[in-house]
Amino acid sequence: MRIREIRLSTTPTDEAIAELRLGDIVYLDGLMYTAREGVYMRALEDKANIPMELPSQSAANFHCSPAARINPDGSFDMGAVTATASFRFAKWLPEWMAKTGAKLIVGKGGMTSKDYKEYFVPNGAVYLSTVGYGTGALLGRGVEKVEAVHWNEELGLAQAMWVIKCNKMGPFIVASDMQGNCLFERENAKIAENVARVYEGTKPAVLKRYGESDDRTDEVI
Amino acid sequence: MIPISLIQSTAETLMDKAAIEIPQDYLDGLQHAAKTEDGDLSSFVLKAMLENYEAAKEDRRAMCGDTGVPRWFVKLGNEAQVEGGMVALEAALRRATANATNGVPLRPNRVHPLWRTDHDNNVGIGAPEIEYGFEPEGAWIDLITVHKGGLFGTDYRMLFPSDGIQGIKRFYLDSLMAFGKRGLACQPAIIGIGLGGSKDICMTLGKRASTLRVVGSRNSDPKIAEMEDEFKELGNSIGMGAMGFVGKNMVIDCNIEVGYCHTGGMPMSVHAFCLSSRRAVARIHADGRVEHRTDPDWFTSYQRRETVDWEPVREAAQ
Repeated sequence: MRIREIRLSTTPTDEAIAELRLGDIVYLDGLMYTAREGVYMRALEDKANIPMELPSQSAANFHCSPAARINPDGSFDMGAVTATASFRFAKWLPEWMAKTGAKLIVGKGGMTSKDYKEYFVPNGAVYLSTVGYGTGALLGRGVEKVEAVHWNEELGLAQAMWVIKCNKMGPFIVASDMQGNCLFERENAKIAENVARVYEGTKPAVLKRYGESDDRTDEVI
Repeated sequence: MIPISLIQSTAETLMDKAAIEIPQDYLDGLQHAAKTEDGDLSSFVLKAMLENYEAAKEDRRAMCGDTGVPRWFVKLGNEAQVEGGMVALEAALRRATANATNGVPLRPNRVHPLWRTDHDNNVGIGAPEIEYGFEPEGAWIDLITVHKGGLFGTDYRMLFPSDGIQGIKRFYLDSLMAFGKRGLACQPAIIGIGLGGSKDICMTLGKRASTLRVVGSRNSDPKIAEMEDEFKELGNSIGMGAMGFVGKNMVIDCNIEVGYCHTGGMPMSVHAFCLSSRRAVARIHADGRVEHRTDPDWFTSYQRRETVDWEPVREAAQ
């Protein structure tokens, strides 16, 4: 399989999103903001006003806390940026998407195909996964500048809403599509064929645990 | 007497090196993996990671945005003396951690578990952890910093003698399967296995096996060394690679450490030191010389001793 490389705007058109295929490599241009549990809780549960015009300024939500500092003069230094695991944010994402019009959810590990079908596809959104997941320095190079940081006093630097200007920032991998397919589930299914052979000869633990699944093709998320 | 200012400045250098420079042994392991990998997506991932290490060094920026939770292992030769004593040493390591968080910069990862208070400096209650070891001879002090990342890939289970090696294998595979899917463990990783000890020490042994031993090292017990080879191969035969994509490289190496446990049990822990296997080491000598290295060389025969007393002369003669 030849891997396709695509440059994509952080305010993408529906057509551009429809063209993406699972496993495509994407580089982003435009504004992207970080938002994870801190931002979601503040915006959705505490009903604080989101300090950006969304989605006109950006339709790209990065599940990320950067390695960055705010200098005494108010300028920013951003070193490495990598994503955090997204499955934990499923609780807030449907409402977040409806409220902000986010079209690109960028993070680590993707969501389930159920999530994609239920609220990604109806919102015209796809999931982009970071690579590795440790390509923090490469992604850092793609940050042309830090435009702003919001809510850092309320949430701390790690949970704050960082607004970054991307210039060919990447690589990211397309992990969902407009049919609601999931790249990771596709790969899981291929690996599952081999599981019984690898486990051959091993035996279940003498002491069981509550709620234990013995199906190794299951996921624990 | 080792000056406290030298300890702090060395510690700050170590924080910087750990965050930015991938250790050579892990890099060699990953380069080898990249050559053998034939899964198209996992191949792409490994190539991107190799480029990333270069970019980090060129730009002097952290290799991963999640810069982990910085911690310290301190080893002292029996004759080592630190200016101001061990309280001063702990203050110096805490200060170095805070300074480097702002300096490199690192991500301020450390928060209160309930109130989520973030001092934006990776310092707080019990953070950074500082653990100690001692060696029979020498007036030196080894500072080892490990910035282990990830919330996934680590698990503990109380097994029993009747579970046997097949039970150990199964729990090992379970950990790789559970946390390898979608690449939550950020593999290929250095997998550390702790066997024995009490529950907390079992976790400690496994964590140290993954973080304080280099790729290619083997346990001094030849039968455990064989298990390490076998478990590495087993993990790589699952068919899962980087990010949980189809591939053949999940385990860069597997290190096993053991400790004596309760006669009825066989506790086991599994740990994954990720694609950003960050560690840096320096030995500070009494005369002020500082030698940097990446091998913590933690598990000496003194650390693995089984006898009541340590009699180096007799040990050497055996």
